[in-house]
Amino acid sequence: MSRTTEILLALAAAALVLLLAWAVPWLRFVLTIALAKGLAVLGILLLLRAGQVSFGHALFLAFAAYAVAFGASTIPEALILLPLAAIGAALLGLVIGLFVVRYREIFFGMLNLALSMVFYSLLEKFYAITHGTDGIRLPPITFAGQTLGSEAQGWAMLVLALVLALGFGALVRTYLASPMGQALAGIKTREARLEFMGASGRSVLLAAYVLSALMAGAGGAVLAMTSRHVTPALAYWTASGELVFIAILGGAGSVFGPFLGAVAYELTRVYAAALVADAWQMILGMVLLLVILFAPGGLWGMGRALLARRRAA
Amino acid sequence: MVAEIVPPRASSQPDNASQLHSVTRRAALLGAAGIGSLALAGRAAQAQPAKPAEIKVGIATYLSGPASVFGVPGRQAAEMLFDELNEAGGIGGVKLRPIFVDEGPGVDHFVGEYRRLVQSENVNLIFAGISSADCLACAPLSDEMKRPTLLWDCGTQRVFEDGKYEYAFRPQANATPEVLSALLYLLRAKPDFRSIAVVNQDYAWGRDSWDIFRTGLQTLKPGVRVAAELFPRFGATDFSTEITRLLALRPDVVLSTTWGGDLDAFIRQSNDRRLFERSTFVLPLAESSLERVGKSLPAGHIIGARGDHWFLHPNPADPALLARFTENYRKRFNAYPIYSTHHMAQAVFAMKAAYEKALAAKGGGWPTDAELAAAFRGLEFPSLTGRIRIREDGQGLEDQLIGTTVNTDKYPFPVMTDMVVFPADTVTAPVGQKSLDWLKTLKPEMVQAMPQPVAFKP
Repeated sequence: MSRTTEILLALAAAALVLLLAWAVPWLRFVLTIALAKGLAVLGILLLLRAGQVSFGHALFLAFAAYAVAFGASTIPEALILLPLAAIGAALLGLVIGLFVVRYREIFFGMLNLALSMVFYSLLEKFYAITHGTDGIRLPPITFAGQTLGSEAQGWAMLVLALVLALGFGALVRTYLASPMGQALAGIKTREARLEFMGASGRSVLLAAYVLSALMAGAGGAVLAMTSRHVTPALAYWTASGELVFIAILGGAGSVFGPFLGAVAYELTRVYAAALVADAWQMILGMVLLLVILFAPGGLWGMGRALLARRRAA
Repeated sequence: MVAEIVPPRASSQPDNASQLHSVTRRAALLGAAGIGSLALAGRAAQAQPAKPAEIKVGIATYLSGPASVFGVPGRQAAEMLFDELNEAGGIGGVKLRPIFVDEGPGVDHFVGEYRRLVQSENVNLIFAGISSADCLACAPLSDEMKRPTLLWDCGTQRVFEDGKYEYAFRPQANATPEVLSALLYLLRAKPDFRSIAVVNQDYAWGRDSWDIFRTGLQTLKPGVRVAAELFPRFGATDFSTEITRLLALRPDVVLSTTWGGDLDAFIRQSNDRRLFERSTFVLPLAESSLERVGKSLPAGHIIGARGDHWFLHPNPADPALLARFTENYRKRFNAYPIYSTHHMAQAVFAMKAAYEKALAAKGGGWPTDAELAAAFRGLEFPSLTGRIRIREDGQGLEDQLIGTTVNTDKYPFPVMTDMVVFPADTVTAPVGQKSLDWLKTLKPEMVQAMPQPVAFKP
């Protein structure tokens, strides 16, 4: 797919999201959350290119969300809090990355999982500071110095999430095409070969890890400012599993996959919950099973295959 | 997908008729302008909201996860009570329809569901929820979206102590009276105890309730030794470590505000290892576990029910009402109603009373959301066992019942004897005071001032 088609497709998708949010007001919130999660999944996709699955990426998302929750009482400005929280998550990613990039595959995944659960426990145990599982309510925040009404605030967050999604999507696409991105695929196929070429597998993975933490952080900050209530559940292993679930659902073949997957996931969940409050988990599980069984490339892969078939015909 | 486009409800339209009574030119102009703007706005702005075809009520409750032990009975009670209300003709001639949503997936899903209920389903009221985190998140949202919201079951006292809301109300008590009444009962029943140990679930409620209990204890009976503070993880199934420590430490009293499957396991394992013979247990939420644990819970221990919710209440305000509810619930769901069904009944009764109050205030005209919300403030309504008043800060004043377990031949599980019903205003922190500060001002005389216990009558 050429670069122009991709840009056009991205802009069309963004316009569709805005149209949907305008036509169905209650979906605006759901779509913003979906885009925020999509940002974190974009980070998972980056690591998937290297054949590594992180079962603990919710750590960075939750870290940024809590950074926003604590920071909002001193600097109640969304456009300052967001980069601060994302950079904080990236720094944390650097520290943790230094350790975890020594490991591969199941050990990499499990170590990430363990660290995210440590953070979860910290949030729960330091009850006097974090209010434990009751969580923290965010105070009202300004947007570019403006105090917005609830309606305008909702739109501002959605547009912010869209801009971040487009920006990071473009960045990841460029990154994957660059030598650093190509080297990630090298880790997946054979790392020894990569080392012989003079590139260090560890530093290649570390760079991707920090970038993925940065994106998860940006997603977490948007999530916190949208739902305006943070709880330790954000860092629980099921939250990390959800991100991997979305990555599989959307497909790891393209930067569109994570966002497509996240929107599909959130919409399925919301409509399933509205349809059958009792058994929505079953519907969600069935959707994932169907995708795994019949569309291993995810929703994106499915869409591309359909497109290719039509072109061939 | 079809977007349901609903006109925003008019909340406060100027009353044109009253302005036109004294016909000055200015008033006439203003009135004309008002009428003009109404005509231009079309159906989006109606001075009088029309009587709806039905009253939709969004109900958030746990349908999955550990807290469904409260959530599912809560939903069953709601289904039963909505059916009964509809059979009796609804409220003001309008039938009601509940729409249930699951709190299981956590706060950000719930916040999305709340918005969906308001903006897509266009519900008239929301009952939310069991989780304190959900209540803390949705109370500010209720003001933002201007939809009356009843916090039907959550316990945290922080909601109305840390915030002020126009549209959120709690038709039930909070953690402070629930825990304080158990403490007062203990001080009266066992005045000479010298040491205490706590075994609470490791999450917000477990920590909060111990904070309340300890602060009250230090004020009313300083010098009690805290033998152990144990916080097993939420959802634990094995309490052998905790029980071994308690057997070794021999505290006079064991406090546990644990609930659900955790409490069932803790009671059964403590019974197996005869911990009940060594220490007096104080279990403020044990009423909800009685039918499941049966006689594993021996006689002589102190239990509560998060309010005066007890199917054998010693002196209910309307004995026929309580008996009918218990009987119908048992017939339909084959279980005794537990406290969450009482909480649901209170939310339903509060809604009915508020609608009736607002309808009467308007001479039969259908109330707007703002008028309905205003009706909840200061509202008095019947519960299944007594009467409840919603204070000016939105907090409900509800009596508290604590008793001691006793075994009888009539029931396959222990019931309460020596029941004390604490009047709500004596155990609830006054408006504008934080619970922990208020607890520090308590006087030991209040233990003597509490009502006389009433024995179980077979």
